[in-house]
Amino acid sequence: MMNGTETETEDGTKRSRSLLRFAAPQVFYPIAGRLAPWFAWLAAGLCVAGLWIGFFVAPTDFQQGEVYRVIFIHVPAAWMSMFIYLIMAFWAAVGLVMNTRLSFMMAQALAPTGAMFCFVSLWTGALWGRPTWGTYWVWDARLTSQLLLLFLYLGFIALTQAIEDSRRSDRAGAIIALVGAVNVPIIYFSVQWWNTLHQGASVSLTRAPSMASTMLVGMLLMALAAWAYTFAVSFWRVRSLILERERHTEWVAAELDEQEARA
Amino acid sequence: MLGPFLAVLQRDLTLAWRGRADVLVTLAFFVIVVCLFPFGVGAETNQLRAIAPGVLWVAALLSTLLSLHRLFAQDHADGTLEQLLLSPEPTALWVLAKVLAHWIVTGLPLVIAAPGLALLFDVEQGALGVLVLSLALGSPILALLGAVGAALTLGLRSGGVLLALLVLPLFVPVLIFGAGAVDSHLGGTGATAHLLLLGGGLLGAIAMTPFACAAALRIAME
Amino acid sequence: MQWTSWSAFWDMGGAGPFVWGSYAVTAVLVALELFFVLRRRKETVRRLSRLRRVVPSAIEPGGAVKERIE
Repeated sequence: MMNGTETETEDGTKRSRSLLRFAAPQVFYPIAGRLAPWFAWLAAGLCVAGLWIGFFVAPTDFQQGEVYRVIFIHVPAAWMSMFIYLIMAFWAAVGLVMNTRLSFMMAQALAPTGAMFCFVSLWTGALWGRPTWGTYWVWDARLTSQLLLLFLYLGFIALTQAIEDSRRSDRAGAIIALVGAVNVPIIYFSVQWWNTLHQGASVSLTRAPSMASTMLVGMLLMALAAWAYTFAVSFWRVRSLILERERHTEWVAAELDEQEARA
Repeated sequence: MLGPFLAVLQRDLTLAWRGRADVLVTLAFFVIVVCLFPFGVGAETNQLRAIAPGVLWVAALLSTLLSLHRLFAQDHADGTLEQLLLSPEPTALWVLAKVLAHWIVTGLPLVIAAPGLALLFDVEQGALGVLVLSLALGSPILALLGAVGAALTLGLRSGGVLLALLVLPLFVPVLIFGAGAVDSHLGGTGATAHLLLLGGGLLGAIAMTPFACAAALRIAME
Repeated sequence: MQWTSWSAFWDMGGAGPFVWGSYAVTAVLVALELFFVLRRRKETVRRLSRLRRVVPSAIEPGGAVKERIE
């Protein structure tokens, strides 16, 4: 269908095509396959280092005691769930504007991981809240927004799964991702507004003001591990999506032959 | 510019008038949901008074949700939607007309019925005006946001549940400001800020959602 | 080192169930996600290979057969 792009003679066209080259699923497929294991090992290494620092180097928090050690997964997971939604919306916009199929596939490959991190941040937040505030859940602005973010993820996943035709599901998913991204700040603002009216002064969610630098290092290492993990998993997932979508092409046939020969 | 807008509006209203029973179902649903709450939470007057704005707003939101799938379904089934998309008129314009007709048919009756139901919850009469105003500003936003969801799920097998999953998180800010307007009026802080935010939200929704909806319809009909 | 013994480590100053509950669920979810992603890869390859053998037209360029062979 589409083969090498080396045939261009003019300089300008060659450069612009070489940038877009990576947008071709056929080109990205082997790259993702080669990079994913590296990212996976990087994630494992960073995770071990981060947990070592988190559990054996970082001191006990003078206010919260040992419970605070949940922070090493809670905060990276919460960050990651928000980043992934932004990245998804970015790929959705790129897909709608540039009409690149790979962007849509990338958005869909990211969504389950984003939802997973979102759930992890809610779960760990609840378990952290019980011993520190005495309750698993408060209708605080941050917690509530995170819950709604999880619903946005689930809506995106359900919509893209429900539509059989891949062209329609790509675009419909992109629209709902963008509508969601526009709404996330509005949701956050409204929930905060609502919260200050209803909640009164019950629990202060501000973190301990003086965080030991080793705690910060552990948390940042875990955040980097979450990034690397996201890359690895989404690359693996997008490879399956690419095979599925491109199954009518010569190169997928060749790839399948190779996989069968290896098995 | 206004020609096609009014034509679509008039057509949809005429069709709705012929199928009046469908319209009444939405209103009946609203009334019944509101009347269920005292059985669930108890008929203690102070408690009912406290939850009334939230109950009315949640019920209005659910009624809107219930009627949303009808927004494009009929036109999708009989081919009108295809014709409209092929027409040279700007899609966002007639989408807005359709949503407006839908709101007049399903949203406006709720706005009118709400004060009567509020009296069942012993809401003080001074707050009824704020309640009506908040619903009048907020329920069109629900219809506009819901239209995007209805367009995205057009013709899908699991359309109804999926539509709810897609739009309910987006409804939350409207619910907060709508019910909050009545609450803060009752609490003595005044509802102006809430109503202004709802009005701003309505303008924003009118400016943006018809285009998202038009794009979604084009994708669904390709 | 903060811990005098392994039991103190597992106890986490009395908050053991909360801390380890967080980490355990996260670990299980990550493991499950990895398992499903890698299994999906294997199944996609296997399914497409079968599809190619059984319904060659489904895989030919331009062929748009939607059947799924499980």
